[in-house]
Amino acid sequence: MISGWLKRIIDHDISYSFTHSPVTVLSALMTLIILVSSALAPVLTPHDPFNPASLDIMDAFTPPAWVDGGTWKYPLGTDDQGRDILSTIMFGNRISLIVGFLSVILSIVIGVTLGMVSGYIGGWLDALIMRLADAQLTIPSILIALLVDGIARVSLPRELHDEIAIYVLIFSIGIAAWPQYARVTRSGTMVEKNKEYIAAARVSNVHPVMIMLRHIIPNVMGPNLVLATIGVALAIIIEATLSFLGVGVPPTTPSLGTLIRIGNEFLFSGEWWITIFPVVALIFLVLSVNLIGDWLRDTFNPKLR
Amino acid sequence: MTPSTQNYGDRSTAILDVEHLCVEFPTRHGALVAVDDVSFSINEGEVLGVVGESGAGKSVTGLAIIGLLERPGRIARGSIRFEGQKINGLPKEAMRRIRGAKIGAIFQDPLTSLNPLYTIGRQLVETITTHTDLSLSRARERAIDLLNEVGIPAADRRIDAYPHEFSGGMRQRVVVALALCANPRLIIADEPTTALDVSIQAQIIALLRGLCREHRTAIMLITHDMGVIAETADRVAVMYAGRIAEIGSLRDVVKHPKHPYTVGLMNSIPIIGHKNKRLPHINGSMPRLHEIPPGCAFNPRCPKVVSRCRVARPDFMQTGNPGQMAACWVFGKESGND
Amino acid sequence: MIFYIINRILQSIAVMLVTAFVCFILFNYVGDPINNMVGQETTIQDREALREQLGLNDPTVVQFFRFLRNAAQGDFGISYRLQRPVKDLIPERLPATLELVFASAVLSVVLGILLGIYTGLNQNTWVSRAILAGSLAGVSLPTFVIGILLIYLFSVTLGILPSYGRGEAVQIVGWWTTGLLTISGWKAIILPSITLGLYQLTLILRIVRAEMMEVLLTDYIKFARARGLTDRVINFGHALKNTLIPVITVTGLQVGSLIAFSIITETVFQWPGMGALFIQAVHFADIPIMVAYLVMVALFFVTINLIVDLLYFLVDPRLQIDRGEAGGQG
Repeated sequence: MISGWLKRIIDHDISYSFTHSPVTVLSALMTLIILVSSALAPVLTPHDPFNPASLDIMDAFTPPAWVDGGTWKYPLGTDDQGRDILSTIMFGNRISLIVGFLSVILSIVIGVTLGMVSGYIGGWLDALIMRLADAQLTIPSILIALLVDGIARVSLPRELHDEIAIYVLIFSIGIAAWPQYARVTRSGTMVEKNKEYIAAARVSNVHPVMIMLRHIIPNVMGPNLVLATIGVALAIIIEATLSFLGVGVPPTTPSLGTLIRIGNEFLFSGEWWITIFPVVALIFLVLSVNLIGDWLRDTFNPKLR
Repeated sequence: MTPSTQNYGDRSTAILDVEHLCVEFPTRHGALVAVDDVSFSINEGEVLGVVGESGAGKSVTGLAIIGLLERPGRIARGSIRFEGQKINGLPKEAMRRIRGAKIGAIFQDPLTSLNPLYTIGRQLVETITTHTDLSLSRARERAIDLLNEVGIPAADRRIDAYPHEFSGGMRQRVVVALALCANPRLIIADEPTTALDVSIQAQIIALLRGLCREHRTAIMLITHDMGVIAETADRVAVMYAGRIAEIGSLRDVVKHPKHPYTVGLMNSIPIIGHKNKRLPHINGSMPRLHEIPPGCAFNPRCPKVVSRCRVARPDFMQTGNPGQMAACWVFGKESGND
Repeated sequence: MIFYIINRILQSIAVMLVTAFVCFILFNYVGDPINNMVGQETTIQDREALREQLGLNDPTVVQFFRFLRNAAQGDFGISYRLQRPVKDLIPERLPATLELVFASAVLSVVLGILLGIYTGLNQNTWVSRAILAGSLAGVSLPTFVIGILLIYLFSVTLGILPSYGRGEAVQIVGWWTTGLLTISGWKAIILPSITLGLYQLTLILRIVRAEMMEVLLTDYIKFARARGLTDRVINFGHALKNTLIPVITVTGLQVGSLIAFSIITETVFQWPGMGALFIQAVHFADIPIMVAYLVMVALFFVTINLIVDLLYFLVDPRLQIDRGEAGGQG
């Protein structure tokens, strides 16, 4: 029975398109490596870059191992404070991924809730929510994230900034992205709402919230997940950008964007590795997430099959 | 045994000759055969009705003839001859010159057949100038003449109107005018009336028939509507599961059908005035392309099936009426005269 | 048609008013303007006097109208950090941003459409595939990464293009300074405009391509082929026009968002525009500048949207319903 099951999975169109697309397999592999290495960063890293005691300022500005003056102790070189670049990248990946995923989850929670309410209840509430969503959609998400972050900065006392910065960041990026999930959920809800099994549930006096949770959510999650795959990549990019601009994560827990900003200062003086390696890491991260998202979208798009 | 010496009709004035045409769509699971060894001919000025259910392969045949098969479909075997010249496998440019000028086509939905962003005058004139040497102003005059011929009132003003400014029936007239621009010898009409109101259908059919008689243009009229065929066709070909089940003159096929499928078809057409009896129908449904049974494609549903039908695909058999043939073993066993 | 225009203009004004209101709230009620403006030592009485003088005790509606009136004249108060009227800062920085946005827009729209058409028509050539692979890069790379890589290649390694600043800018027509009349100005704008425009370019490319491919599958293209029209007429006469119309809307909106992304580009290249000013304002909670920037951006957006809508209306005959006779007999 299990072999029959396995055979069905392997024979399925999805597996076919996955294994026949070398690009996708490669990017899945890459993503896996990045995920695992960043999850296990505290264990895997050869050095702990954030423990000031373990840093040796004499090791600062060491070039990568294959260049003159480099050493395999620091495979990708060190920065201006003697921190190992490879370790900082792994930790940076971690922050980027955490912020990326959590903000998308926040967007989905807000978006799906508002979208479902909007689609199910209709009326003026629907009109209001949709107007809001439309208005927000015309503004690029990065600007919205910047705004929310800026307002938070201005309204909250300075001492708290560093501690809660990461939560503010997740909140801003999450707020910036909810409209698309809301829209997609709303159309899905409106389609499901008119189906007969919903009418049956209502007649049987099932509470609307129960209806929404048990029946509607499973049916509208599909397109949301597709959006989420693009969303994670986008969230990572926004976070990196904000950190690069100096309004993202605090310098104590640097993400890839922060690392790039720090390294930028040394680009002209010859210590290119401090910024280039984090750049490459960011590119790989975003690329692999994008490719998987592309494959997911193409696979689940009925028009292309 | 290939019936290549069979008489498919009066071949002396045949302008289209299709022999053993096979059209395939390669897929991951193997090739799907949409048109399987189809042969027929059309004479000059004749209307051949090609009738059958959706999916029987009628449209694909028409598209193959005019060279507009959509990828990945391709002609796997067979030949298509037009005015004696083989046209399948011609280079792109040569085929393009034939399209419109020698062979024209009309499709089902007049709204989507016209580019919504250009006036009908512009679309007419560009077709005319593509195939003739007329100057722009002469082409425009000819366009107005064509519009008059198809029955568009105030043609000299309407020529500058956009497609969305016409009603459905008028649009299909414009489509007919466009197809006739360069005086083709053959028109492939793929469900030309299906998207129209019943009252308009009759007008368009009459228009097509009249124009084609006048210009001696042959028509391959593809439809699933027997009523349309009965009004217009000279000969009829009945298609089933990518094959021709029966072919012959209109009168013979309708009044004296030989193939059990054709018999079933004709019996299921309701006739006004008959007593309230249950309308006969054929059990089951036409098989999908990847589920065609061995032997005769119709055998699972056929009331006259014998064991040979399940094993060997029937050849085209003469029926006794000149020009009428059916692909059936059972019928062949009975004596042929009616 | 007149009604349509008036309707759209009214909508635009409404959006501007809402934006102004939000900005107004920001301006007056987030944090305390007085605290931000004066030093620690100022006495309570002096603060009260200042409050009175600035009219901060007046009812909200009055303050809002005052805000509107000032905003309409470009007066957004005094920057907390720079201690200069915002009104003076705007003309210094606005031309730089607008020129950058203009250059990027032209680049991304023209190249995006051309490449999109090419890849839409020739789907299987290796050139097409290479362009598509490249476009994936454009979508995956954050703007600042593109900027840094370009700087690394052209400024650090090759040393042929400058990595910061605007080059020499020349004053023309009132307060407008342009960098487009000097060679150093042109050299300086190349890298930033590529950086700013690349994302939009790939987006436009992909949309044009997708639209083109879809148009080529329509019935009217099939009928055009059935009439024996040449490939040239079909591709560039019929398909192109039908492709470009939906693309106009998207392109217009993309160009609008350029002004938001210019923040990043200006930071990377130290381009002296409004965006760089805005980021510093966010860093230092300099609200007057933040507000001025938001209002400018909203104005920009609203104007672009309006132009795009009007363009669409002019180009698509189906929208002009008062044209010609409608319908006819069957």
